Amino acid sequence: MAEKGSTGTVKVKRGLAQMLKGGVIMDVTTAEQAVIAQEAGAVAVMALERIPADIRAAGGVARMSDLSIVQKIMDAVTIPVMAKVRIGHFAEAQVLQEIGVDFIDESEVLTPADDKYHVDKHAFTVPFVCGARDLGEALRRIAEGAAMIRTKGEAGSGNIVEAVKHMRTVRDEIAIVAAVPAEELVARARDLGVPLELLKEVARAKKLPVVNFCAGGVSTPADAALMMQLGAEGIFVGSGIFKSSNPAKFAKAIVEATTYFNDPKAVAEASRSLEGTAMPGLEISKIPQDELLNVRGV
Amino acid sequence: MSKTVVGVLGLQGDVVEHLEALRRAGLTGMEAKTREDLRRVDALIIPGGESTTVAKLLDRFALREPLIARIRGGMPTWGTCMGMIVLSADIAGMPDQPTLGVLDVTVLRNAFGRQVESAEVPLEIPALGGPPFPGVFIRAPWVERVGEGVEVLARLEGKAVMVRQGNILGTSFHPELTRDVRIHRWFAGWCTRAQSAA
Repeated sequence: MAEKGSTGTVKVKRGLAQMLKGGVIMDVTTAEQAVIAQEAGAVAVMALERIPADIRAAGGVARMSDLSIVQKIMDAVTIPVMAKVRIGHFAEAQVLQEIGVDFIDESEVLTPADDKYHVDKHAFTVPFVCGARDLGEALRRIAEGAAMIRTKGEAGSGNIVEAVKHMRTVRDEIAIVAAVPAEELVARARDLGVPLELLKEVARAKKLPVVNFCAGGVSTPADAALMMQLGAEGIFVGSGIFKSSNPAKFAKAIVEATTYFNDPKAVAEASRSLEGTAMPGLEISKIPQDELLNVRGV
Repeated sequence: MSKTVVGVLGLQGDVVEHLEALRRAGLTGMEAKTREDLRRVDALIIPGGESTTVAKLLDRFALREPLIARIRGGMPTWGTCMGMIVLSADIAGMPDQPTLGVLDVTVLRNAFGRQVESAEVPLEIPALGGPPFPGVFIRAPWVERVGEGVEVLARLEGKAVMVRQGNILGTSFHPELTRDVRIHRWFAGWCTRAQSAA
């Protein structure tokens, strides 16, 4: 198609994220897990070497996955395959684009490769998703070329509290920007460290110019329903599926709760079908400050 | 005659974009995600999204049979990308993925390649007239086999990317991601005619 058309445009990059809306994207570490996720109704899978709870437990430097694993996952499923790169590691991103992954997550869950700068995502044909805790982070990532945002939450914690905080923060900040008089926007853009044009766009549309999913802490169907009702356009589940005692059931139930998030009867039915226990959770205040993932890459 | 209501199947995908395009085209849209919703709509759009996911949800929530009954009963129905896959008779190389089987074509999923091959391409659509249509192709399918009574309305690189069979329209691309509402308007024309006939 490349001869006649234009690939890698803003529209086709943001467009793929739009096609994922209302769906669940699941972390997987093997082709077998990818098949379980697809069978449960995931709209995409995130290929990684270890799920966040294990990265947290193992410590050390977390990098882009082994390419042979990513390739096996790409061969095993027909849904889009995403993979993570370290913040600022554009060479890892070049490699993933080369093998044909559908989406790259420049992720704080891996150990950052650059303590100052993110990847220039405009330079890529493949779309990127990035984490954000507030409107400033979200718009800085979009200015760098992100085609999708996910609120960060706290990956691998099994605790939804940070995800809620970040989703509410983004939502509240958008409401404020949309409500203030136009003359405040220049100063607000300066304070947020974001381009004025992007901030004006948000003020007009009363939403981010890209799709916004939620990540970092979803472990149950009710967690998914909560985040969707708070305005998430879809859900990333990391450790919540494969750290539960019954991954296939949890995956299916979280998909159902995401689809019918505003129907408590459907969420109740999904919750009843679990036949197992959710992943163990961590109290955020008990996580040592230097082990918090969401403060990376602001 | 009551106002025509165009439902957009709301299980997953770019539902809001279709509702917005319908609004811009001067039509009344509503998200349809339950059997009750499906009874209320006069026409239906199945949006872009993941066909694997939506095929499973249609079965899990028992929407398949009522949908097939409505479409066979003449309800104007349009599938964009994933929607066309869901409407098709079958999917090349994927005999296990269920479809509604109401549009007599065989589709090939991700026919143009993975996401890095997704592209914007101007399309000639003679039936529509006017300038080329801004085709947005995202991990798009094409139509491999066209059954009897299926009309090919547009091709890209020789492959059928827009087809019609009676009350059913399928496009490989996403008009809802553009400002061009000609296809939404054209589809609305059928809805009005279908309603007058009924």
